[in-house]
Amino acid sequence: MLQRTTAARAATTTVCLLVALGILRAEEPERPGRAVRAFVGARLVPIASPAIDDGVVLVENGRITAIGARAAVPVPDGADVVDLAGLVLMPGLVCTHSHVGEPFAADGSGPLQPEVSSVDSLDVRSASLARARAGGLTTINAMPGSGHLIGGQTAYLKLKRGGTVEELLYRFDDGAPMGGLKMANGTNPQGDAPFPGTRAKSAALVRERFIAAQRHRALVDAAAADPTKEPPARDLGLEALVEVLEGRRIVHHHTHRHDDIMTVLRLADEFDFRVVLHHVSEGWKVADEIAAAGVPCSVILVDAPGGKLEAQDLSYDTARVLHEAGAAVALHTDDYITDSRLFLRSAGLAVRAGLPEDAALAALTLAGARMLDLDERIGSLEVGKDADFCVLDGDPLSVYTQVQETWVLGERVFDRDDPADRLLAVGGPGAGDERIFTSCCAFVGGGQ
Amino acid sequence: MKSTFLALAATVAALVPGLVPDLATNADPVPNQDSARPRAVERLAVRAGLLHTMAGAPIENGVVLVEDGRIAYVGPAANLVLPQGTTVLDAAVAVPGLIDAHTCVGLAGWLNTPHDQDEVDRSAPAQPELRAIDAYDPREPLVAWLRGFGVTTVHTGHAPLALISGQTMVAKTAGDTIEEALVVGEAMVAASLTDEARGPGGPGTRAKALAELRRLLLEGEAHAAAVVKAAETGEEPPARDLRKEALARIASGATPLLVTAQRAHDIANVLRLAREFADVRFVLDGAAEAPLVLDELVAAGLPVVVHPTMYRAGGETKNLSMETPRILVEAGLLVAMQSGYEAYVPRTRVVLFEAAVAARYGLSFEQALALVTRDAARLLGVDARIGTLEVGKDGDIALFDGDPFEYRTHCIGTVIEGRLVSAGERTR
Repeated sequence: MLQRTTAARAATTTVCLLVALGILRAEEPERPGRAVRAFVGARLVPIASPAIDDGVVLVENGRITAIGARAAVPVPDGADVVDLAGLVLMPGLVCTHSHVGEPFAADGSGPLQPEVSSVDSLDVRSASLARARAGGLTTINAMPGSGHLIGGQTAYLKLKRGGTVEELLYRFDDGAPMGGLKMANGTNPQGDAPFPGTRAKSAALVRERFIAAQRHRALVDAAAADPTKEPPARDLGLEALVEVLEGRRIVHHHTHRHDDIMTVLRLADEFDFRVVLHHVSEGWKVADEIAAAGVPCSVILVDAPGGKLEAQDLSYDTARVLHEAGAAVALHTDDYITDSRLFLRSAGLAVRAGLPEDAALAALTLAGARMLDLDERIGSLEVGKDADFCVLDGDPLSVYTQVQETWVLGERVFDRDDPADRLLAVGGPGAGDERIFTSCCAFVGGGQ
Repeated sequence: MKSTFLALAATVAALVPGLVPDLATNADPVPNQDSARPRAVERLAVRAGLLHTMAGAPIENGVVLVEDGRIAYVGPAANLVLPQGTTVLDAAVAVPGLIDAHTCVGLAGWLNTPHDQDEVDRSAPAQPELRAIDAYDPREPLVAWLRGFGVTTVHTGHAPLALISGQTMVAKTAGDTIEEALVVGEAMVAASLTDEARGPGGPGTRAKALAELRRLLLEGEAHAAAVVKAAETGEEPPARDLRKEALARIASGATPLLVTAQRAHDIANVLRLAREFADVRFVLDGAAEAPLVLDELVAAGLPVVVHPTMYRAGGETKNLSMETPRILVEAGLLVAMQSGYEAYVPRTRVVLFEAAVAARYGLSFEQALALVTRDAARLLGVDARIGTLEVGKDGDIALFDGDPFEYRTHCIGTVIEGRLVSAGERTR
């Protein structure tokens, strides 16, 4: 499908000219020998701005350096041109709640395990991750399960074709992996002791642990301010909760029933932590309260309500009602509950129930990026953001549309025309086997 | 959603011939008009911009007239003058009422709690005598949910969780009692060669499962033979035995055996059994790895109730493909689509959506629609009544405000036997 034309000479003068014209933003010094990759001819759906027919996106060093209509964005000489005529290019999809790669964390020993990290569980060579790429996903929040009040640390992953989790992790500037904290309430974390037997017990256990974290933070702060004071003993769980209290780690909270949702809002207010509500099956019943609290929602859409008591009032309407109330709304796959390859379908069904189309597309991209503190890097087609793209053969909200290509940091990580990739996208004999990692993705135009 | 209901706006048309000048010229006489009948004929007509009868090319600006539950006319709207008092529904697209060729709804309840789970009894691994009609709840919310999406008929029953979990049945999705809803009381008997059917309480291995099925089929053959012999000789017939009687109906081919098998070697096992028991009517269910044994399957000619296209790929279904329906249809097999058995969330799928993905992955629109209409009816043996829009068949019709397969389209009405039983899909 792709036609590549690599011009022979470097494009230094052209790039400088574009910088002077304000079309390119030269955040980083230009490196000789680094090629510009130009995605040309697609209908661009930037999310943060109106769609552009026959557009051009320029990419350098994995970042978007220019975006606009073909007439407004000259393709520099020497650029590696990716011809996407007749196709649609939108930001890579962001799934705020996924279990691909088996990111399981807490074990059966107790209901509160903030020290356990899914980073230490993930298998990034799993076929499920490759299938997520086939669905146009480029970023996921890899989540532990919901069988614990605190199920462990989540991992924000960039879906590069990497063989180790280290290659896929989003990181803070200090190098620490970025991720949230998985929490859950309602019936999933309930069980025999030491697990809670009631909702009130669940909240009490959480409250106690957060109070312990507040105390831990106070002791750390006191020791920092006064060299004569000993810092408290290291406690990995409390340290993770202190990150939550400080806003560095967002709580991703599984919650279904309206009263459980209100309990999350209560705890978040009490301990002043940042939280995203996940699933939010009965969010449509308390939409105004959620909106008033300013708490964003990551919503799941499945084909029918029920399957368990808490999901009996699950609705196609939830995203629309929350959106109309003024709450931020993202969608998620909860893969394996829904298949990442069909993530676009969730947006289609949300629109079926009345969510505006632009809000539905944002719910697959920018809204989710915000819920992961990644919106300065991903979620829209904007200069300076990562060149993570989902390339489609038609309207993103049509059942007849397929993801043709997925790009991460300007590199193609899924190509439906490639037989191995197609197998993962469609299924068939061999699709379920572990994906064997091979070195790939040489930057064709850049000589890397 | 407001527009959905406005579009539905069931209007009782007081159309008289004189008021329909252009339509009257080629009007065929309306069949079954019988003014002498004391009771008024119940008439409902569906007018559609595009009418897929599944018994010929789609009709632009078509109409289906249903009288007392049966289709009295199908054709261009221009050729028919609607009798006075006909309830008229308008839709952009109308299709035969959808058929879910295999589900467990009505036995498997939406809340998934002990009081509404009747899809499997685990006291014995093989219980062909368990009747679906004794377990089905016609007021189950998931039945109404499916009905809202245009599903008018379900083939439902015991789940593929035991070697032989019980019987299945065919029912309409309307009716307050099973007696009102029922189409076929004993449609098939559900057997399973999946992981769920092996293990504690059941066969521990594949070979044991096959050995058990052979033993049961032989038991059925023996019982059938004993009944025949008693009839011929005038001897005392064998004592009543519900289990043996059910097995005898399977062995003789009176009741098809629906066997769920996903892996290629499990499908091969079904085909081996089919060669060994020529009288048994096997129907293959699931069939995720059917493409690996396609030639053998075609040679055997078994009908297939294919796995949902969006079924989860993992475990035994790790190699399933969204193209399986296309591959099987192109091979010439009789194929129908199922919502399947779901143990958790969602508790049911919707065949409309599964067929839509089959259309995206290689089938034409009408081929995909046939999976949930005409071909499903043929596979279930109820094509004399349902599956297409033809004169004399049940007036089961699904109405849409656009391409039925599109995500943004809505089902705006469901008609069963000439009655509007759903005013459109629900969103909660």
